[in-house]
Amino acid sequence: MTIALEARNLRKQYPGVLAVAGVSFAVSEGTCFGLLGPNGAGKTTTVEIIEGVASASSGEVYYYGEIAGRRFRQEAGIQFQNTALQDFITVRETIEMFRTLYERQADFDEIVEQCSLGDLLDRDNRKLSGGQRQRLLLAVALVNRPRLIFLDEPTTGLDPQARRNFWDLVQSIRAGGATILLTTHYMDEAQVLCDEIAIMDTGKIIAQGSPEKLLQQQYDGLIIELPITDLTSDLEGIEHTVLDNLGIVEVQTTDVSASLQQLEAHVSNLNQIKIRQPNLEDLFLDLTGHSLRA
Amino acid sequence: MLKRIYAVFQARNREFLRDRASLSWNLILPLVLMFGLSFAFSNDRDAYTVGILQDEAEIDTSEHAFLETNYIRFVPYDDIEVALRKVERHQLDLLVEFGEATRYWINAESPKGYFAEIALLHSGSSAAEAIDKQQITGAAVSYADWLLPGILGMNMMFSCLFGVGYVVVRYRKNGFLKRLRATPLTSFEFITAQVASRMVLILLITSFIYTGTHLILGTRMEGSYFTLFLVAIVGAISLISLGLVVSARVTSEELAGGLLNMINWPMMLLSGVWFSLEGAPDAVTAAANLFPLTHVLNSARAVMLDGATLADVAPSLLALSVMSMIFLAIGARVFRWGQY
Repeated sequence: MTIALEARNLRKQYPGVLAVAGVSFAVSEGTCFGLLGPNGAGKTTTVEIIEGVASASSGEVYYYGEIAGRRFRQEAGIQFQNTALQDFITVRETIEMFRTLYERQADFDEIVEQCSLGDLLDRDNRKLSGGQRQRLLLAVALVNRPRLIFLDEPTTGLDPQARRNFWDLVQSIRAGGATILLTTHYMDEAQVLCDEIAIMDTGKIIAQGSPEKLLQQQYDGLIIELPITDLTSDLEGIEHTVLDNLGIVEVQTTDVSASLQQLEAHVSNLNQIKIRQPNLEDLFLDLTGHSLRA
Repeated sequence: MLKRIYAVFQARNREFLRDRASLSWNLILPLVLMFGLSFAFSNDRDAYTVGILQDEAEIDTSEHAFLETNYIRFVPYDDIEVALRKVERHQLDLLVEFGEATRYWINAESPKGYFAEIALLHSGSSAAEAIDKQQITGAAVSYADWLLPGILGMNMMFSCLFGVGYVVVRYRKNGFLKRLRATPLTSFEFITAQVASRMVLILLITSFIYTGTHLILGTRMEGSYFTLFLVAIVGAISLISLGLVVSARVTSEELAGGLLNMINWPMMLLSGVWFSLEGAPDAVTAAANLFPLTHVLNSARAVMLDGATLADVAPSLLALSVMSMIFLAIGARVFRWGQY
């Protein structure tokens, strides 16, 4: 498969902090690659170095085998985490202005329809809601029919409905053949959208692969979850994890009925017990020792 | 509620106090202004201005009792043409030449000239002193005539400095510049667009104000509109370039505001927006010549009030162009898209 984007040994040293400590990965053409990690893990810095808006202390970025340069700027579409748009400028004017900056230009009506901005075209940028604003920023990222799209925490701060709509939108863009590099701290988002993920913590990638493969490697079986308050005695002899902030205890098992029998002796009632598949949230917790959203 | 107010109040105080650069300007600017102004206008108690026609650069007060009169500022002139023009325009209340016979020139239409004349005639060492009165006429350059270039220039200065300098800093701070950075747009293109936009706007606004004032107040226009327009263009470029220097790297709007004010205020006071700096100490005049606005105003006034030609204002235009080039070179060299 063609490699659309490759980061080689990126490092970024701020005074006193090594924000990115040697990050390397490659993204295949037409796939969605997720960079996950908690706030401060170095995701945004890594992505900004790749986008060319921040300088690396060392390391290189390759776009279709060449050092990312002029062609990259023409062909990449970028949605930043926080971007202010100009006040007093309408949605239509904003899209047109950015569209004009590129040689490759997407069809105006097509982007507007794709991002559902039809009713908002004459609205002042200042008067957009969070979800509308994200759609406009995505539209701005699409003005050049990008072959590679960067989405930096695109759904942070959106309500659940808006998030789901945004996911649909991202999937439709991907279906059009574009390569996507997504950063997020929502595991469900990564699980829905990404073909491959890299988990970052303190400036380094600590695990990389497809979500399924990563979960398979780490877990064998299911997770039993029960409220701490329902425990009547210590779970001696049963391997478990206590999540204080969530008030729950987790037990990993390959034999659910055997584990439930064991637990029965220590639990006042079984009504609150949940049995579920391990997810990326669990994986992150196990890999880093702290919760993603903490 | 008070708790919340206090929390926000405290956070804001910290933010301000920890921004050392802005804080420094907030302290330094008033001091600089205070000392600068008191130095420049330390003799502002003088009520009358009288020109003394003589070859020497210094006035010898022992030469005539009139020269010891209080509240009259005596300014030496060696060129009678220049001095007479000032009398004509009411910029000098009287022009006097002491010698074997005292001669003086007075504008019959000037009220201040009338009183200055009385002072002169009553200061004679002897009643027998020969005195030769020359009467000239000429309408005063009204304060409006004189002020119009100042106001237009000041407006241009604020618009150029804040409209470019402050706005670029805001763009940098809120990430809009970073967003543009991620497009094929180059810094040169971005800067050019900013300069051009402000240029067109300021020329339109200035032309509009000028036309309105000219039609309503019938302000004086002795020179050519083409020359005046050229002064406006060259002046605007230099002021915008100056704004770009300030905005090239700064990431704090407060610091930008402070720096811009540090440039604005001395220019507004020393470039002759409100009052003429004639008679100010040489050091002040020399400093004023470093400001683009001084050259803009001097040229504009020369064209509007004295009918100066393009050749007359060429040195000022050249000075402005050189300043623009220096500002732009610095601006382009230190320009930064992001906050870091």
